[in-house]
Amino acid sequence: MASETTAAHGAAGAEHAAEGSSLVFHPMDQFIVKPLFGGDTIAWYTPTNVTLWLFFAVLAIIGLLVLSTSKRAIVPTRMQSIAELAYGFIYKMLEDICGKEGVKYFPYVMTLFMFIVTANFLGLIPTSFTTTSHFAVTIPLALAVFLTVTVLGFVKNGAGFLSLFWVSSAPLALRPILAIIELISYFVRPVSHSIRLAGNVMAGHAVIKVFAGFAAVAVISPVSVLAITAMYGLEVLVAFIQAYVFTILTCVYLKDALHPHH
Amino acid sequence: MEGDLAHIGAGLAAIGSGAAAIGVGNVAGNFLAGALRNPSAAASQTATLFIGIAFAEALGIFAFLVSLLLMFAV
Amino acid sequence: MATEPISEEVVGSCVDSHGSAIGMPQLCFDWFPNQIFWLVITLVVIFLVLSRVALPRIAAILAERQGTITNDLAAAEDLKAKAVEAEEAYNKALADARAEAQRIAAEARAEIQADLDDAIAKADAEIAAKAAESEKAIAEIRAGALESIQVVAKDVAAELVTALGGKADADAIAGAVEAQLKG
Repeated sequence: MASETTAAHGAAGAEHAAEGSSLVFHPMDQFIVKPLFGGDTIAWYTPTNVTLWLFFAVLAIIGLLVLSTSKRAIVPTRMQSIAELAYGFIYKMLEDICGKEGVKYFPYVMTLFMFIVTANFLGLIPTSFTTTSHFAVTIPLALAVFLTVTVLGFVKNGAGFLSLFWVSSAPLALRPILAIIELISYFVRPVSHSIRLAGNVMAGHAVIKVFAGFAAVAVISPVSVLAITAMYGLEVLVAFIQAYVFTILTCVYLKDALHPHH
Repeated sequence: MEGDLAHIGAGLAAIGSGAAAIGVGNVAGNFLAGALRNPSAAASQTATLFIGIAFAEALGIFAFLVSLLLMFAV
Repeated sequence: MATEPISEEVVGSCVDSHGSAIGMPQLCFDWFPNQIFWLVITLVVIFLVLSRVALPRIAAILAERQGTITNDLAAAEDLKAKAVEAEEAYNKALADARAEAQRIAAEARAEIQADLDDAIAKADAEIAAKAAESEKAIAEIRAGALESIQVVAKDVAAELVTALGGKADADAIAGAVEAQLKG
């Protein structure tokens, strides 16, 4: 662990040269943002590897949902049935949780789900860049959901939205305390919402990278390869489940905005 | 010295991941027990299962995050 | 640790001179504007593509398929009803035909019976007539035979008388024969 941390700290050049032959771990290097076309600075408009993989995500979504359905076949092709499956999956989830009024926000929820699921899966391609492992990506997503839900709640219910925090089923004496707890949990939502996604994705990728670092030692490299394979399988599962969880929580929050009464 | 203490802290924080594992196992195990007792109700509750797992998992991820912060950012 | 000195050719304050990350790249706030900017563009593009093209199209496809299935089911229902109707018509035709056949058979049987009765009656009459005729003929024959017997008896008697050496008186013989025959 000691060599890993010193390497990861990546401090002075001399330190790097000295440990060239020993175990070198750089589990976080895969998350570095680099300019695509050279250059030193990363301004807000610079095309970077983030841009590239976001672009790939857009391409994948267009390919999956637009190109595959271009024939409008009654008997679907393989790709078209995937598109229909994704559509039905999210549509049913939204309708089950939010009811009929929730269907209006289907494109919004579908956008979130499709973006996260494609970004997660693209991130599983070796040497790719995982956009959803960055808080800079997941925090805006979670904040967008939080702001949408809050604004929508007040627009739809006016001050009645505040009854979300007033648990009318609890004894009267407990209600103020519960209201404080509910209020805190309401504002923690975007934090946990974003950190859950980025943390899960980042954790898996970093663990794979740590195992990959062990592969440099010949004796344990078979174990390392096996471990990477197992972790990769888990990551495929996590990539989908985290997208699913993010979407289902979005639906649950949306339901709170539409029907705030407990 | 300061860095060493941070590493010890990181290791301690990583215990939280194990605690989260217990939580996730609890959720999934209880779901399975309930599902085997009443299989017809199981399908409608899978969403709840995943939400529960996600909440339990999130706290483990927070512990992992604290560990990472101590390792790399302190 | 992120506070260590950085050489001038470094990309930012988050990467050291060897290209390794200093601290967590996720917490490098220099990169946030860039990532957020491109993320917003991506999300807007995805949202527009989904809400303008993909989702209406998939919804249309699903609705169309649902419509096709419903139509096909209705058509199948129609065809089934028609088949039931046809079967009923067939059964009715079959029953009609059977009844007709029975009626015809009964008629034919009655006709044949009548013919047969007629023929039997006629035959009986004929037989009766023939029998009467035959009886008459027999009676005639019998009468004829009696007459012949008288003649033969008279002749035989006369011959007998002659043979015995008597003198045959024709009237006496005739009277004697008749008396004998009647006796």
